[in-house]
Amino acid sequence: MRKNVILCGVGGQGTILASRLIASAAMKKDLPIKTAETIGMAQRGGSVFSHLRIGEGANSPLIAKGEADLIIAFEPGEAVRQLPFLKKGGAVVVSKRPVMPVSAMIGKSSYDADAMIAYLQANVEHLTIVDADRAAAELGSAKTLNVVLLGAAIRSGELGLGEAEVKEAMKERVPDKFWELNLKSLAWSK
Amino acid sequence: MRRQAWKWLLARLTRARTLVTMKQVGLNVASDPLMSLEYIGVKGGMVVLVADDPGPISSQTEQDTRTFGMFSKVPVFDPCSVSDAYEMIQEAFEVSEKYGTPVIFRATTRVDHGYEALDVKDVEEYQKTQPEGFVKDSSRWVIFPRLSVKNHALIEKRNVELSDVFSEYARNVIIREKEYSAGAEATSTVRSGATWCRKGIATQGANYGYVLDSMGERNVRVMRVATPFPFPEKLALEFLEGLDEVLCVEELDPVIERALTYVCGKYGLQVKIRGKKTGDVPLSGENTLEIVDAAIAGFLKEDAAPAQAGACKDAAPAQADASQPPALPVRPPVLCAGCPHRASFYAVKVAMKGQKTIYCGDIGCYTLGNAQPLDMCDTCLCMGAGIGIAQGVYHTEPDTKCFAFVGDSTFFASGITETINAFYNQADMTLVILDNSTTAMTGHQPHPGTGRTVMGQVVEKVSMEKVLRAIGLTVVETVDPLDYKLSVETVKRVAQEPGVKAIIFRSPCIALTKPSGRSAVDPEKCIACGKCIRELGCPALILDADGKKAKVDPSLCTGCTLCEQICPVGAISGGCKNDTVKKTEGGKEHA
Repeated sequence: MRKNVILCGVGGQGTILASRLIASAAMKKDLPIKTAETIGMAQRGGSVFSHLRIGEGANSPLIAKGEADLIIAFEPGEAVRQLPFLKKGGAVVVSKRPVMPVSAMIGKSSYDADAMIAYLQANVEHLTIVDADRAAAELGSAKTLNVVLLGAAIRSGELGLGEAEVKEAMKERVPDKFWELNLKSLAWSK
Repeated sequence: MRRQAWKWLLARLTRARTLVTMKQVGLNVASDPLMSLEYIGVKGGMVVLVADDPGPISSQTEQDTRTFGMFSKVPVFDPCSVSDAYEMIQEAFEVSEKYGTPVIFRATTRVDHGYEALDVKDVEEYQKTQPEGFVKDSSRWVIFPRLSVKNHALIEKRNVELSDVFSEYARNVIIREKEYSAGAEATSTVRSGATWCRKGIATQGANYGYVLDSMGERNVRVMRVATPFPFPEKLALEFLEGLDEVLCVEELDPVIERALTYVCGKYGLQVKIRGKKTGDVPLSGENTLEIVDAAIAGFLKEDAAPAQAGACKDAAPAQADASQPPALPVRPPVLCAGCPHRASFYAVKVAMKGQKTIYCGDIGCYTLGNAQPLDMCDTCLCMGAGIGIAQGVYHTEPDTKCFAFVGDSTFFASGITETINAFYNQADMTLVILDNSTTAMTGHQPHPGTGRTVMGQVVEKVSMEKVLRAIGLTVVETVDPLDYKLSVETVKRVAQEPGVKAIIFRSPCIALTKPSGRSAVDPEKCIACGKCIRELGCPALILDADGKKAKVDPSLCTGCTLCEQICPVGAISGGCKNDTVKKTEGGKEHA
């Protein structure tokens, strides 16, 4: 199996933990994995991405444009930013809840999140929109958006990994007291 | 800090293995010990791991530590992936021990900031060394000119030997093109005008992966240089054999390009060396698959890329024919919601309004104080420079109120000597230490003010108040920046004092503490003046659905209460000020 997966969002949203979960779930299946992350200044509210290359044959951790099987976007604008990387027929899982940049709030830039979702709907056939606000209300926490999106990514069929491996990886990386919440979050989009 | 850590870790004389880690800019600070250390050498293996930052993504410079290796005469290893680095660093230690020299292990972002599945050794498989302790020998460990000139000659001789050793090193590889035979396609032989031209690609680090991904089925000779210094000359000669042109695909300096050009000159080879100097590869910035792919296509004179050649050939996205995407959100990095630095900057901004000021920033999270709407960082150069610049401005413009902002970690690393210089040379400036009790930007490393060593030991903290008073400062005030009124008053008062004076804004980083509540805007009371959003620029402050009144995003708010304190109508409440900072009378700290 070979899969190219991009996670993207805004610094602080938990993309790195999600990419570690996918990487360790891949290792549970004895699959080779290479990743590249955004670490450093951009983690403070900037655009962040992780590239994950699962399976044999990847020489570099970066994914070329038009070669991603799946984009897991924590934010609609960031999904559109990474869209040039999606292959023809690839899948996008996106949270529809925008993170408003400070620059837009103080009138130095503009951001229309609804237009982003409309653009995704018009251009991505295999699109899963996750209602993060409803998920947070029903789960009682906004902190597990990454696991909610991961669950939706599994169900998109493009991650190439099943719930069993992801749960096993979560077991190792998630504190016991949050286990139930994370389990519910993983299943939320069913 | 890097320099001190270096010296402390310098178990060089005792046969202990030592690993020192830093970024390229850290090596600038540590260059003095490194330059001299190479002349006296080491007994135990010593690897200097330097993370270079093509891009740069998070640094001040795009310098190349491979070039620093040449300058300092220290051998350099250049890993190409996480798994390569895992094995290579063990070999780097072996070379260090065998040749009695520190070695540089230079990795770049795509090796440093990534994961890879790899097999690790069992604990018992690792080599264990027994330090033999320091054995006195002043003829070896005291660097006098006579020793330096003797050792310099030995170093030069050793590096010639190492060049041969590295030519045999398994990570310096040549991937040979399939031999040309009638009927078989030899794509490394490209028709150029009327003649046939044989081509090769030389590369390094993460670029090696990009080149391999991009090559696909193309049949071109490739050399990967894993040890750029001393350059594996004999291997390069093998690589160049029979070639007409070589493209060097590398990031930062044209190190391989220069080395190959030298080899061609030295041996009189008629091979054209191309790369950064010839405009085939960008001179600055991080390479991407697309950049490498275009450089290779240009080098091989391909009009259109063959469909089978490399994954990224079909770079056109699936959506290329679709409508133009809407304008993407602009996201420069900003201080986190609830960051105490925001409160400190805002207090100084309000207190100094209308006066002629300069705000000299430094390296850390608080460099983000330059973002709108705070706009509180007029200069930023390198660690500790803010204090130097502020005093320099005072000496040339005595009527400007000069402020230097420095974080707690940076103060201990590079701020103390600058403060002594400012005090002794009679500057008039306000030193503002933003003490969030950690080194937040780089991952919460401990520093002497945290009371925790790098080994996790709990120890007595070094008091910055006592350090400042020992230098001679008489005005040293500590205040909780989340107490808005007191902070503004303190700045107003302290800035009027003569000479060098200090304000320590002390409040822990939000990553270290739990949110103390959540603020919420009462829409009945909010008059939609927009002051909180416009002046603070906190990511948790957004507009409500109507786009008029302020609203707090509860998933980001930490309850710091700064917005509650500046709201003119008291419409925001619910947060809880963190009272962990002990305040003495009037906010003054008594030494």
